[in-house]
Amino acid sequence: MSNETTDKQEFNITVYTENQIGLLNRIAIIFTRRKINIDSLNTSPSEIDSIHRFNIVITESEEVVRKVCRQIEKQVEVLKVYYHTNADVIWQEMALYKVSTDVIAEQVSVERLLRENGARVVVLRKDYTVFETTGHREETDALINILQPYGLIEFVRSARVAIIKDSDGFNSKLREFERLEPGEDVIENEYLNQGQKVFTM
Amino acid sequence: MEVANETLTAPAAQEKAVELTGSEALLEALIVEGVDTIFGYPGGAIMPIYDALYDYKEKLNHILVRHEQGGIHAGQGYARTSGKVGVVFATSGPGATNLVTGLADAQIDSTPLVCITGQVFAHLLGTDAFQETDVINITTPVTKWNYQVTDATEIPEVIAKAFYIAKSGRPGPVLIDITKNAQIQKFDYKGYVQCNHIRSYRPKPIVRQQYIQEAAALINQAKKPFILWGQGVILGSAEQEFKAFVEKSGIPSAWTILGVGAIPTDHPLNVGMLGMHGNYGPNVLTNDCDVLIAIGMRFDDRVTGRLDKYAKQAKVIHLDIDPAEIDKNVKTTVPVWGDCKETLPLLTALVDKKEHTEWLKLFNEYTQKEVDAVIHDELNPTSEEMTMGEVIKQLNELTNGNAVIVSDVGQHQMVACRYAQFNKTRSNVTSGGLGTMGFALPAAIGAKFGAKDRDVIAVIGDGGFQMTLQELGTVMQTGINVKIIILNNRFLGMVRQWQELFNERRYSFVDIQSPDFVMVAKGYGIEGQCINERGQLVDALKTMMNHNGSYLLEVMVTKENNVFPMVPQGCSVSEIRLK
Repeated sequence: MSNETTDKQEFNITVYTENQIGLLNRIAIIFTRRKINIDSLNTSPSEIDSIHRFNIVITESEEVVRKVCRQIEKQVEVLKVYYHTNADVIWQEMALYKVSTDVIAEQVSVERLLRENGARVVVLRKDYTVFETTGHREETDALINILQPYGLIEFVRSARVAIIKDSDGFNSKLREFERLEPGEDVIENEYLNQGQKVFTM
Repeated sequence: MEVANETLTAPAAQEKAVELTGSEALLEALIVEGVDTIFGYPGGAIMPIYDALYDYKEKLNHILVRHEQGGIHAGQGYARTSGKVGVVFATSGPGATNLVTGLADAQIDSTPLVCITGQVFAHLLGTDAFQETDVINITTPVTKWNYQVTDATEIPEVIAKAFYIAKSGRPGPVLIDITKNAQIQKFDYKGYVQCNHIRSYRPKPIVRQQYIQEAAALINQAKKPFILWGQGVILGSAEQEFKAFVEKSGIPSAWTILGVGAIPTDHPLNVGMLGMHGNYGPNVLTNDCDVLIAIGMRFDDRVTGRLDKYAKQAKVIHLDIDPAEIDKNVKTTVPVWGDCKETLPLLTALVDKKEHTEWLKLFNEYTQKEVDAVIHDELNPTSEEMTMGEVIKQLNELTNGNAVIVSDVGQHQMVACRYAQFNKTRSNVTSGGLGTMGFALPAAIGAKFGAKDRDVIAVIGDGGFQMTLQELGTVMQTGINVKIIILNNRFLGMVRQWQELFNERRYSFVDIQSPDFVMVAKGYGIEGQCINERGQLVDALKTMMNHNGSYLLEVMVTKENNVFPMVPQGCSVSEIRLK
């Protein structure tokens, strides 16, 4: 166990699971039981049919994150858990902004606003316009500040999604999981123990 | 109905489908899984299963308990003595919520259980129907796995998964909630296939030879090695492998209260009990050893005391089947992941045969200090009133250490664990992690069903007994033979002890009154007596043991006796107090 720091920082936890009712709760209570706030949580089908991927962001020390990840991986329907610092992932959050079309058309140089914030128009109607931007928290925050004076009607931000920089993808791993004949737990684990990137065991 | 007369399933799936209800499919599954005893209590939402059970009475022995908590504790007792999965039935709503304490207890003590709860019809879910409660969400934190069945066709596969998950890897409780419509629904039953693989579930970590070698090297270099063992040795049926390892390495070994009995109490290398009320030597010398070898135990805070002063000088080898336990509380130098039934023989092969004579002598010196300061007086008191310890000592004489002792929670539990002689594995049944008062009486009933040829003796305090004494009704109705010893100090003794030591004797609500327990037992048709003089003790115990059937012996003991040694909360194990 390397020279990890006890300082708290953001960690991105990636969880591959079966698609099962109740599993979200089973994972969520691992955090709540330890009074750890979930900063962001995204769950959606992965690239593989029937497998779901969770992206969970928490601010904690690595030691706590590692223990929590082991508890998550212990759940029956969890296939694999990884955790990474922000430096180890590419991540994005998407935000939508609804503003009055009248106000925005009269008072703002829309073109400049879109260019400078990397935003685009999703819906343009007589009564309102919806902008969208994607980026890190500071970037989506910046557009709020710009639009606020012009009567921002509604704002929503998605959970974070993150791609692991140093990953070979889960596809091949899953195939390994599936290829194994029933009961050959040991071989399965042998596979999991290969390579530094696999954190389990 | 003819269904009951023959089992419909072969281990392999049948070619031809038979039409069965969900309830019948459930019971067929239980039979294939080798279930012989079910502890349960019927109710509205589980009635179809009970109706089906009526035709399976010959194959499945259902024990009607008096409260669902009693049912699940009985299931735990059964699992602990038999090594099999305990099976519990309860209805929806209050029936299911009454299981929660037992589930939490089984979860923290890694006891394999499959609990079946009835649930309202699927179309009523979420409507606040009569006796509807969100059992899946209530039990999620206290189960290894749970699942709600709303369609009968799922039942064979789900029950197969339930048994596999409950007993494999680190065992634990599983709860299956079955809606009433699924219990009634008929479907084409194609037989029952036991589960031995779940894609996302890895019950056994791979054994890594590298760590075995590193561990063996550490052990071979060690001057003062020390083994701590827990229930993992028993759960893994690795008692022989453990004994071989201990005897070859010659390392002094101490136990957690769930691990006791894996090797006999009087084994020369067994140096005693760990933890808050454990023995003097094992606690003090934890902070003196150079290599600590933890086997199938999880470094509970009651074992470690203050963590930042726990074995800091030692290199730690941790053998555990659950990867989440490694480094959870104590930093490990060498983690030996795996089933100790596999890892111990590998380790034994690589360790040198040794005798740590001087080091073992040190343990014995501490034992002598403890005998002088605590044990001698506890077991041979000169006071007029009896002590708990002398009761256990006399009991040892009669059982020769071959009985199953089921203890409740509190002072008597610590005394029973400290002083009872255990010659055999699966002999100490107690609520370790959760500390559930009221555990012992129902657990003793289950323990007896799980080990019918053994003497089962429940040792219970006057407080805990009053939490589940309704299960005397189960004793009465089943005619099961359990011996019940109530050690009555007319106090909630453990809390009183803390109030005496740490709260300036402010005895806040620990002065508990009891009914005439012997009369209560008589009301249930159970023989018994109450004794308060030392002269009566041996005869009373003999009468109890020789009685044909259950028996209740109430022993009045000193009111204000304290359990020592004691590691006060927040203190290091080496700060253990002898008085």
